[in-house]
Amino acid sequence: MSQRSSLRLLVLAVLVFSLLATLVARAFFLQVVEGPALQAQAHRNSAREIVTPAVRGLILDQLGRPLVSNRTSTIVTIDRQVLAKQPQRGAILLKKLADLLGVPVAEISDRLLTCGAKGAKPPPICWNGSTYQPVPVMSDIDSQTALSIMERRSDFPGVTAQLQAIRQYPAPFNANVAHILGYLGPVTEAQVTGQANPTAPERLRRTDVVGRSGLERTYDPQMRGTPGVTQLAVDTAGHVVGTAAVTQPQAGDTIVTNLDAKLQKVVEDQLLAAVARAQQQGNPGNAGAAVVVDVRNGHVLSMASYPTYDPAIWVGGVSAKQYQQLQESDALSSNAYQGLFAPGSTFKVISTTAAGKEGFNLYGSYDCPASLKIGTQTFRNFESSGYGSISLSRAIEVSCNTVFYGIADRMWQQAGGITATKESADPIAEAARMYGLGSPTGIDLPGEAGGRISSRLFKSANWNAMKDTWCANAKAGYPQTRQRNPALAEFYTAIDAENCKDGYQWRVGDALNAAIGQGDTVVTPLQMAMVYAAVANGGTVYQPQIAKALVSPEGKVVTTFDPVVKSTINVPKSTMNFMHATLPGVTVKGTAETPFAGFPLDQIPVAAKTGSAQVTGSKPSTSWFASYAPANNPKYAIIMMIAQGGTGSKTSGPSVRKIYEALFGISGKNIDPASSVLIGGKPRDALPVFRPDGTPVGPSGKESGVVAQRNDPASSSLSSNGSG
Amino acid sequence: MSLVTRNRVRTFERGRGGVLRDLDWVLLAASVSLTVYGCLLVWSASLSDMASPSDPTSYLRKHLINVAIAVTLAALAMRIDYRWLRAYTPVLWGVSVVTLLLPFLPGLGTRIAGARAWIALPGGFTFQPSEFAKLAVILMIAVLLSERRDIEDEPINRDVLLALGAAALPMLIILVQNDTGTILIMGAITISMIAVAGARTRWVVGLIGGSILGVLVAIQVGLLQQYQVQRLTSFINPTADVGSAAYNANQARIAIGGGGITGWGLFNGPQTQGRFVPVNESDFVFTVAGEEWGFIGSVVLIGLLGVILWRAIVIAYRADDLFGRLLATGIVAWLTFQMFENIGMTMGIMPITGIPLPFVSAGGTAMMATWIAVGLLENVRLHARRVS
Repeated sequence: MSQRSSLRLLVLAVLVFSLLATLVARAFFLQVVEGPALQAQAHRNSAREIVTPAVRGLILDQLGRPLVSNRTSTIVTIDRQVLAKQPQRGAILLKKLADLLGVPVAEISDRLLTCGAKGAKPPPICWNGSTYQPVPVMSDIDSQTALSIMERRSDFPGVTAQLQAIRQYPAPFNANVAHILGYLGPVTEAQVTGQANPTAPERLRRTDVVGRSGLERTYDPQMRGTPGVTQLAVDTAGHVVGTAAVTQPQAGDTIVTNLDAKLQKVVEDQLLAAVARAQQQGNPGNAGAAVVVDVRNGHVLSMASYPTYDPAIWVGGVSAKQYQQLQESDALSSNAYQGLFAPGSTFKVISTTAAGKEGFNLYGSYDCPASLKIGTQTFRNFESSGYGSISLSRAIEVSCNTVFYGIADRMWQQAGGITATKESADPIAEAARMYGLGSPTGIDLPGEAGGRISSRLFKSANWNAMKDTWCANAKAGYPQTRQRNPALAEFYTAIDAENCKDGYQWRVGDALNAAIGQGDTVVTPLQMAMVYAAVANGGTVYQPQIAKALVSPEGKVVTTFDPVVKSTINVPKSTMNFMHATLPGVTVKGTAETPFAGFPLDQIPVAAKTGSAQVTGSKPSTSWFASYAPANNPKYAIIMMIAQGGTGSKTSGPSVRKIYEALFGISGKNIDPASSVLIGGKPRDALPVFRPDGTPVGPSGKESGVVAQRNDPASSSLSSNGSG
Repeated sequence: MSLVTRNRVRTFERGRGGVLRDLDWVLLAASVSLTVYGCLLVWSASLSDMASPSDPTSYLRKHLINVAIAVTLAALAMRIDYRWLRAYTPVLWGVSVVTLLLPFLPGLGTRIAGARAWIALPGGFTFQPSEFAKLAVILMIAVLLSERRDIEDEPINRDVLLALGAAALPMLIILVQNDTGTILIMGAITISMIAVAGARTRWVVGLIGGSILGVLVAIQVGLLQQYQVQRLTSFINPTADVGSAAYNANQARIAIGGGGITGWGLFNGPQTQGRFVPVNESDFVFTVAGEEWGFIGSVVLIGLLGVILWRAIVIAYRADDLFGRLLATGIVAWLTFQMFENIGMTMGIMPITGIPLPFVSAGGTAMMATWIAVGLLENVRLHARRVS
């Protein structure tokens, strides 16, 4: 055989092995380099998950009465992918569906728009979920309508009626509790994509609803439970070829709260009564809050906010109109822990604490003129006239501002007056911080406001933030305002010029205002409740706590929330004793004498402080009533606040009295602990009893608070037909 | 014809146990290993799409019967007399051309995947004449090109033309049958054999250039059907939506890539068991290896093919006559291009055509033709050993 033949055979051999090498290289690229990505693709191709949602945990009051439970509802969903392929992009279909459901087309089409898209309504009307997930457009439809949809599937392509577990608000005693309970909403894209462990069985899925506010949000991970997942292997035709894994759904934990539904109802009613009282006086009374805490542990027994809304409005999605009304009503946020208000004279317990700490003689006599002239300025008493020379105790009883002005002036002088630096002593601000003002209380609710303490530090920080604006305004001189009103522009310019120059200075006027809870100081009613609880218990500032325990679906206690001490008020015991001796006098012979007339104060002394905080402009004052009782053995602290409500005594006082009467079982002069709203006359220490299936055993009969079972319009009817 | 006279006269010396000693055991072992490997892959692939789920091994049993017949045929091919083989090659070629025409007879032919290349047999078996046609063409070209005077260093033009003619006729029939893949393989076989026969370089260059031109022209003038072009080009962009061909390419890529380094394990590949990859017991059988045994499985499979090809090249190199060398060369070219085209298409680097993976794919005719080729390789080796 020729040389050429052998050579060509070798060339062929080289070709053969390079082809083999090519295949190995390609396999390496596909399987090693691209392997993980293609593996995920193969998994997506063939793995189907059937998710059985876990039953969400309940929210109970301290006795086991359900505040939030679950029920089933028939909802209508629309698959937008299918809809888009219909004639006129589904417009005809939507019209037909709207007619069947008896709603305007916009009510449905608004829900189909993705949030942020052109023309989309704000959440929760717009769709915040995934593109591929059917969008719920209506809930609680009746069974007849559901059947019409399911039986005429060809008429309604992409439309499904199915059962869904949704939240139910049994509202024992018609207690509202909306701001504490919170609500659920569809999971957002960001929540889904931002998960730490996107493959865990308990992960958020696009179809999930999650807690958006209140307890629903704080304890969402615990209440949500773990959905049951059946991992199916499917073939190319979608036929199931095997079951890879099955996990059963694990219901979420139930929250036992410190709230008492019956007490809550009383508090809510009394808050409304106070609002009504404010409005009878011709005041707007447009916002209010009431808080009842156990001073011995920080348990929040009741908390109410005005205005409020029906929590059931969120179930199945609010309508556009409802949502607009909600927004306009300011009812969405809680004035109790999210609203900030000047505390007014209720702040005087803090000023008194500061005075005691600074060595002021708490039993000396102080001058209470009708007004006090310091430098060029005159500072007046708001709530009282002049009383002459009185004891500090009396000054608190009658809420004499000028006495506290005098104290604040002395403190200000001692700190160095106008020349003091921001490091100089600021005893009142320091005391306020000690009581927890200026920062959130740490209650187990999301979105709590922290408030602000008027102080040297605040002024200096504020000046740093604002001086550029002030200086620019002073230079420009408000040209636009000047055209209309030269005098006003002149006034503004002068203020800004002064602020620009020395706005960082903590002037005597600032110090005096701060001492009576005015100026820049703002607090939440909850913060004030914790302040008075701390005064009541002798100086322990607790972290307020709504949840008492988490209980597993089997009725086993998972977590009990022990009282958390945030800080201790570091003052001489004599100061606390002074306040304990003084504050009960307010209801006997002070500013709260009128509302507590006829109350058995000899048996249950009530320590209190009223407040009528001035607000900017000529608006009515903020009505405050801060209190605790029994003063000789403190158990409860109650705070009520009505913004633009008038005086503390007149507007809030009577309502707080009623709450005490309910708590202690008082009618007239008689005290009957058995008729207290709290069964047993006090908050129960023990947790409610649970049946083995996890259902709580609450009080029965009248004490259950359930007037009549609400009817489920469609829950029972569609089950035989399957859920499509 | 005086084909036989050029053969050396020799006798079989059975008494010395020479056959067993002289056999290429590495080739045999690799072939057996690859066949066993293939049986497992076919079994796994067939589990998900059996006609009768109650009998999960029915498809495997059919495959094993095919393997048994194939190995028997290989033994015969190994022991067949060289002279006899050369003498009867024209007859084999003729018969094969005739059988290629059989699928066109009404009631006899079956169309599978657009190609009219199968004959339906009783019992659910099918016969694919083009598989044997490849063998017949290899034998025929080997005979034609080794038929040469001693003084000649290269085949004369007439021999080359004859060889081309011997390949062209069956290729023409196969072209009508729409079996594009087989045509490409036959072309590669023919060119390789003409080259190794020592034909003038202009022949080799011309044939390679002509083939490339031919394919381009065929696409250009629309000689290829639209679906054929689609099949051929879908590997370039497997994710584009061009129908089933692209779907196949994409699913095959996902299956192989998804196997990763070690694979999902036999019977556990989701793409395989979910029937996402079409015809994965025959044309796309490599996806089963890739998915269920991963990169390791791919390398073992390609490696075994490499061992077989290496032994075949050595046999071609050491053949004691041109006929043996050309025969072995034809088999090397056949197996090489067929496995490259087959595995390449599953991994998206070659166009999708309907040809089986030698030794591995289910399909009786292909299995038999492949094993006969092994027998013939051993035959060439035994011949060379005896002469030396």
